[in-house]
Amino acid sequence: MTVTARGRSGGGAGMEEKCDAPGLGFLGLDRMRVLLPPLRLPEKLSASRTLRTHLFTNYRMRKVRDSSRWLIPLWVSIWVFIASLIYLRMSYQAVEKRRELLAIMCDDRARMLQDQLNVSMNHLQALAILVSTFHHSKTPSAIDQKTFAWYAERTAFERPLTSGVAYGVKVTHAEREQFERQQGWSIKKMYSSKTKKQSQGPGNAEDAEVREPAEEYAPVIFAQDAYKHVISFDLLSGADDRDNVLRARESGKGVLTAPFKLLNNRLGVISTYAVYKYELPPNARPQERIQAAIGYLGGIFDIEALVDKSLHQLAGKQSIMVNVYDTTNEKPISMYGSNDTGSGMCKVTLNFGDPTRKHEMHCRFIQSPPWPWLAITTSIGIFVIGLLVGYIIYATAKRIARVEDDFQEMSLLKKRAEDADIAKSQFLATVSHEIRTPMNGVLGMLQMLMDTDLDTTQQDYVRTAQASGKALVSLINEVLDQAKIESGKLELEAVPFDLRTVCDDILSLFCGKAQEKGLELAVFVSDQVPQTLIGDPGRIRQIITNLVGNSIKFTEKGHIYLTVHVVEEIMHCLEVETGTQYANTLSGYPVANRKRSWENFRLFSRELNSSEMPFATSASDSISLIISVEDTGVGIPSDAQSRVFTPFMQVGPSIARIHGGTGIGLSISKCLVGLMKGEIGFASKPQVGSTFTFTAVLTRAHSSVNENKSSEFKGINALVVDHRPVRAKVTKYHLQRLGVHNELTTDLDQYISKINCGSQIAKLVLIDKETWLKESHSLPLLVTKLRNKDQPDSTKLFLLENPKSSVKSNSHIFREYNLNVIMKPLRASMLQVSLQRALGGIDKLHCRNGVVGNSILGSLLRKKQIIVVDDNIVNLKVAAGALKKYGAEVTCADSGKKAITLLKPPHSFDACFMDIQMPEMDGFEATRRIRVMERDLNEQIERGEAPPECAGVRQWRTPILAMTADVIQATHEQCLKSEMDGYVSKPFEGEQLYREVARFFLNQDQVQ
Amino acid sequence: MAAAALREQLNALLSSMFASGLVDDQFQQLQMLQEDGGTPGFVAEVVTLFCDDADRIISELAALLEQPIVDFDKVDAYVHQLKGSSASVGAQKVKFTCMQFRQLCQDKNRDGCIMALAVVRNEFYDLRNKFQTMLQLEQQIQAQQ
Repeated sequence: MTVTARGRSGGGAGMEEKCDAPGLGFLGLDRMRVLLPPLRLPEKLSASRTLRTHLFTNYRMRKVRDSSRWLIPLWVSIWVFIASLIYLRMSYQAVEKRRELLAIMCDDRARMLQDQLNVSMNHLQALAILVSTFHHSKTPSAIDQKTFAWYAERTAFERPLTSGVAYGVKVTHAEREQFERQQGWSIKKMYSSKTKKQSQGPGNAEDAEVREPAEEYAPVIFAQDAYKHVISFDLLSGADDRDNVLRARESGKGVLTAPFKLLNNRLGVISTYAVYKYELPPNARPQERIQAAIGYLGGIFDIEALVDKSLHQLAGKQSIMVNVYDTTNEKPISMYGSNDTGSGMCKVTLNFGDPTRKHEMHCRFIQSPPWPWLAITTSIGIFVIGLLVGYIIYATAKRIARVEDDFQEMSLLKKRAEDADIAKSQFLATVSHEIRTPMNGVLGMLQMLMDTDLDTTQQDYVRTAQASGKALVSLINEVLDQAKIESGKLELEAVPFDLRTVCDDILSLFCGKAQEKGLELAVFVSDQVPQTLIGDPGRIRQIITNLVGNSIKFTEKGHIYLTVHVVEEIMHCLEVETGTQYANTLSGYPVANRKRSWENFRLFSRELNSSEMPFATSASDSISLIISVEDTGVGIPSDAQSRVFTPFMQVGPSIARIHGGTGIGLSISKCLVGLMKGEIGFASKPQVGSTFTFTAVLTRAHSSVNENKSSEFKGINALVVDHRPVRAKVTKYHLQRLGVHNELTTDLDQYISKINCGSQIAKLVLIDKETWLKESHSLPLLVTKLRNKDQPDSTKLFLLENPKSSVKSNSHIFREYNLNVIMKPLRASMLQVSLQRALGGIDKLHCRNGVVGNSILGSLLRKKQIIVVDDNIVNLKVAAGALKKYGAEVTCADSGKKAITLLKPPHSFDACFMDIQMPEMDGFEATRRIRVMERDLNEQIERGEAPPECAGVRQWRTPILAMTADVIQATHEQCLKSEMDGYVSKPFEGEQLYREVARFFLNQDQVQ
Repeated sequence: MAAAALREQLNALLSSMFASGLVDDQFQQLQMLQEDGGTPGFVAEVVTLFCDDADRIISELAALLEQPIVDFDKVDAYVHQLKGSSASVGAQKVKFTCMQFRQLCQDKNRDGCIMALAVVRNEFYDLRNKFQTMLQLEQQIQAQQ
């Protein structure tokens, strides 16, 4: 960097060789350094921003990663918890269900057992009543032992659970003798419960002892056959039996004994019923019941058989185990079932009809509960699903994080790349700008050197050096443009301008080159194109200049033809002079098909698709122009056509050597066209020519400007004689612009015959030189005819000279016939001057040579009151001097405050040039304040309270232009923001000053 | 001396000033303004103004930089003013030195500023001498006419 900068400064400014070292540095290197810091700023800014976003995302990422460390165990434990919860719930439900089932089953069995017992008991009671009815109430008794046994035996099916019944009668001690006599046996004593059972085994009644005397006896008199041996035994002698009997006669209900072993070694109970002498009321007192009791009926219940039987009826549900207990005493006595007491017992209370005895049934499943497989599999399944879901989430999060990481990285890189690109463009813009300044010095020096006394060789060297320098400056300008476009700094102006003048200017620019090469150069602007358009004339000029310049560069013979049409016009007659026929072109050389150059335009394809579009666009203010540049040059090789608009791309390396140029021009043009919402395209045929076409969207200027046509040519008829219709059209176009009424003819003979007839004669006759040479035989005749008329205002003959035919060889022609020669390319201004000169009435004052220059600036600024504001008195002086040169009357102000007091409306100033950078109050601030004052006044005017000086003024707005040393920095936008009207660079530059001043002074004049 | 010789001398002086880069095309434009605008003495007026202004600024700067605590903002403002003046006159070398000076100001480099001031002063004195010679020559030419 240092080396190149130094090298450049050394090479670029050779005139500094003599001066000392610091000076050398200042020019190149140090200014580089001065200018670079502003470049770094956006980079720094963006870097800090990206750093911040980067940090932020990193923080987020880290958070995700940190949390994942404890998130995984947490997730797993949550799912373990959920799974176990589900397991517990399901298994609890299963247990509960099982218990319910057990309860139901147990209940079923208890009910059945109870029912069957009750049935037996009821029957026992019926038997008791039978005995009471037929034994005691009848005398003599209807029942003896045999009858009882027989009856009992036959009704045994009614008492399925009683293995036997016996009946004992109540005998008092007083009646014992008589009773024993009557029965024929003595009352015997029962054994104590233990011995009794054993003794009852063989049933040997004879062995039994005689009952010792007691107050009362209850000897058995009837018994079932199986229990015949118990007859004559006293029921009251056994402890259990006595208790039973006593309780039975007190309660009047059946009572049960505790279970005991029966003869068959099975457990059983005895149920006892009391038999009463007469029917007792249900609420009889126990004393009455005892009195009324006359006998006792007992039945033996085989509990085991009972339960077995009942359980058997519920067969198929064998998986249940049943235990029956007598729980009257503290210690329950097992009546049925094994003593196995496992867990999961279901207890049901049994009611066997004896309130004093309590029984319970215990049920339990034989098989232990099965494993809750459903619960286990379900919970494990859910756990696995949970883990999988967790993994999916984790994997997704990880992937998202990675993608985000990648994205961040990519966007960072993208940002950096964009920043670098912007920085590059800015650097280019700045550097190009900076290079221009010393280059101007070099060029100026060279110019001065040329004015000194040099010999031919030296002059040649200097001229070459200057040409090279100029080429370099234009190249730098192009690079600057490109850089500006790329960095988005290029903004289009919107000023009213005349496109025809612009085209004329371009033509005059290339006039010399075209003449050198002998090319025909012509412009045609359709009359559909409005006189005044609003757009950026500079940029349009740049595009056209570039295209025409290229054409000139690559064309050795033939013509270059610039045409401007309105898009709609082309749309409606697509065949309009497409120039496909060779003879119909400007110079007769074949050209590439113009139509093909725009066939790719979106504008057309869109409009062709929807026919409504053209009307929609034509209604609005915007107008689409289509501008073509047609040449008959070498054309573009088809393989290079694709990269024509790529920056720095040329057809081949040899092109740059032969023709020079950077290859950036078309790229810039394309960008500019894009900025104008247009498109650019081309058609090219090698060795035939190329046609470049572009469109641009501009705005119609509404102010009806009085046409540029000067009235001096009104009423003048002209005749254009040209055998090429296209060329004739161009001539006609220029004449029309001057207001000359004209007609075309391709045939001279026809015209001559017309003159002979004495019909209207044109005052001007313009003949193309080519036609002249072609029809030279009939021309002398025409000339003499015209001259013969001897009229004072005889017809003027003009020869349109083509640059390619050398003037010298043909000079005799116009000398001979006293012809006026107009050199092509035709331009309105030039034509005007020529015609004026020929017609004699030349008004020197109104002679416009078509060059925008100081004279116009002078006419714009003459007698204008202009205020210049700058804190620097030297600057002030220089600016004032420059403006005074153009005839303006200048007032100076050395501060923003002073400017405000001077510009307090009403005042008589026409414009203000304001320095931006001033101490105390800068230009922007001062402008703002002035605008505020103006607004106040405008409001007053609206209300009609305006001071008398303001009468006739509808609105105050003094044009304020910024003056700035750094044009790049002070953009147009910034000026507009503070309500300035534009900016000029400091020190003043004629062209720019003109452009800015013209913008509002021209408008002002037009309005007035 | 003959007017022609004086004019030649003046031209040589101006050429050398342009060639050494002391002044640029802006100065040339000033001269053109004088010739085209028909305002005789315009260049002399501007140059005198510039010299007085620059002289004042340079002495202000020297005073500012001598102080123990340098107010760089003030220095910068003065240098900017000097830069503007020199740009207007076309005093190229002074302008470039001022640009460097401003950079040093923004860096708050006191020693650098003092050095830069010395350079500016040298450049300015050099230019002023040339300007004075030029003005004298012009006066002599006018006196002869």
